[in-house]
Amino acid sequence: MSETLKVPTMAEFLAEGKQPEILFWVGSAGSYDDRAKKITKAFVKILNRAQVDFAVLGSEESSTGDVAKRAGNEFLFQMQAMTNIEMLNAYEVKRIVTCDPHSFNCLKNEYPGLGGHYEVLHHTQFIKELIESGKLSIEGKNYEGKRITFHDPCYLGRANREYNAPREVLQTLNAKLIEMKRSKSRALCCGAGGAQMFKEPEKGDLDINIMRTEDALKVNPDIIATGCPYCNTMMTDGIKNKEKESEIAVMDVAELIASAQNL
Amino acid sequence: MNYLASFIFAVILVAGIGFFVWNIKKLIRNIKLGKEVDANDNKAQRWKNMIRIALGQQKMVVRPVAGFLHIIVYLGFIIINIEVLEIIMDGLFGTHRLFSDFGTVYNVLIGSFEILALLVFVSVIIFWIRRNIKRIQRFIKPEMKGWPKQDGNMILYFEMILMGLFLIMNGADYQLQLMGAEHYVKAGAFPVSQFLEPILSGLSEGTLIIIERTAWWLHIIGILIFLNYLYYSKHLHILLAFPNTYFGKLNEKGQLDNLESVTKEVQLMLDPNADPFAAPQENEEEAAPEKFGASDVLDLNQIQLLNAYTCTECGRCTSECPANQTGKKLSPRKIMMDTRDRLEEVGKNIDANQGEFKDDGKQLLDNYITREEIWACTTCNACVEACPVSIDPLSIIIEMRRYLVMEQSAAPVELNNMMSNIENNGAPWPYNQMDRLNWKDEA
Repeated sequence: MSETLKVPTMAEFLAEGKQPEILFWVGSAGSYDDRAKKITKAFVKILNRAQVDFAVLGSEESSTGDVAKRAGNEFLFQMQAMTNIEMLNAYEVKRIVTCDPHSFNCLKNEYPGLGGHYEVLHHTQFIKELIESGKLSIEGKNYEGKRITFHDPCYLGRANREYNAPREVLQTLNAKLIEMKRSKSRALCCGAGGAQMFKEPEKGDLDINIMRTEDALKVNPDIIATGCPYCNTMMTDGIKNKEKESEIAVMDVAELIASAQNL
Repeated sequence: MNYLASFIFAVILVAGIGFFVWNIKKLIRNIKLGKEVDANDNKAQRWKNMIRIALGQQKMVVRPVAGFLHIIVYLGFIIINIEVLEIIMDGLFGTHRLFSDFGTVYNVLIGSFEILALLVFVSVIIFWIRRNIKRIQRFIKPEMKGWPKQDGNMILYFEMILMGLFLIMNGADYQLQLMGAEHYVKAGAFPVSQFLEPILSGLSEGTLIIIERTAWWLHIIGILIFLNYLYYSKHLHILLAFPNTYFGKLNEKGQLDNLESVTKEVQLMLDPNADPFAAPQENEEEAAPEKFGASDVLDLNQIQLLNAYTCTECGRCTSECPANQTGKKLSPRKIMMDTRDRLEEVGKNIDANQGEFKDDGKQLLDNYITREEIWACTTCNACVEACPVSIDPLSIIIEMRRYLVMEQSAAPVELNNMMSNIENNGAPWPYNQMDRLNWKDEA
């Protein structure tokens, strides 16, 4: 690693009597899952490079409760939400960015009703903002001419109608962006949503992630780009199932941006 | 004679409309069995949605072939109904082509009705071919066996017959006009039915009058039968699509509602000053503890029940559903059909028991919708996105999950493990919360 990551916590900021511009909500996957941690680190490298004034909650962060809510456990969700909101409000958080569309959706849409009002961004929206404001410029040519197809995460796309930010960010790589036959509002789910990530699928003929991987393989990509740690896992498993892992990489938009400039 | 015909017409008309209204009242009563839901917000946006999605058919054209054909049938239905107005007036007053005084305008109208009628006829035949010969996937799924399949075809036959009668009526009328028959004023343009001439021209005036009158009566009686068929079929969408799109979800699709009853309890649990053993306040009524989630239709809200009656079983939701596409039992369309069928059953139960629902030992969950279906959903919202009339099958699935988890503790084992991890260490996996930031220093 070229440089150590600078990851200040909210508690450290508070101790100095300061307030960061944004809170980076890492999420459970981004904190513990080995594959997702790489996305987290790639995003932090971008934040460090763009000299963004940010902090994380560290060990004070806890599950948003999103997955419990989708599994039907409204009690657990609201327990998590209210505890989190109490802390976020105590830190006077105004702006949150996260790499997980499920946390994004939950914080943005479901926390306000319980007293948590924040401006919530998905990391692709935030990266787009950094590029547009000139705080981040993409100079590397690592992906020039590569065929990249973007898989829309349900909770970024259909659930919150954000289809453009990840694509606009990917445009900066000078790669060849290709769309799967089903994309944007008609994109097929990766199969992990609604708590499916944590259980075996019901009986059927095929796993959903395999079907989605087949969608991607049809457009012959070098890279499948995602914007969600769960989609990433599902698509990676799909590519392995098809024994294509030596030819096709599954990468988060943040990883592509970070590695384009050898961060 | 003329008075008798007008009298018979009036009786048929009143009976036809009366029976329909009687059924619609029942339908409204059934919808009101659901929980009340506040949808008085944002009226401007709601009207806009109704105009865009129902009136403007915006979501139909996502699938261009079906969308185009549907728009023809829809326009035909609306516009040809102007002619029904004239038919009703003629029937009541014993007149013939009452509106013909409008001259050129009338000719243009009748002419365009004829062209539309032909287009509708052709479209409906193509629909029939798609269902019965091409056997498009979404029309032959398991939930479409039996009555739903017959129902779909019945509606198409109705439309073919009605359009056919309309054209025969006009064709005979046109021949009578050419003959200068009494009462048959020269009015209207007949760009389509004039081609019936080879069949009709050799016939006598008397035969033509019988044909014209028979087609006229069968046409209007057919319309009244079709009107009354609506309540017993999936075809109610032609009316309910309008209120349904008005009451459709306005929030982002990803937003699930937060259960207020849960909020109160959680607030109490988290409040360090709350006394868990406190006696209820004097004036606080002893309300029965609220049931969380839904196991039967009465636990659903009125919009969800309206959704169920609105569904016309087109199956766009099911054909976009990732679970269904990969062979799982879940079909969002079946969720809606089951909800409607159970609601009808509950309604009949109430009718049979002097206005009160008598426990029949059945419920929506398990007797209609299985747990296997409920747990196969990825909450991806593809079904909600696909619905051309703003039905939200996902909200019903979530309500049933809530019931299973919060009332029955009946989640799949792996999900229970995941949830106890969140309870114990704030993550769906069994990792220590203190280790949340370890990634920072890992190579």
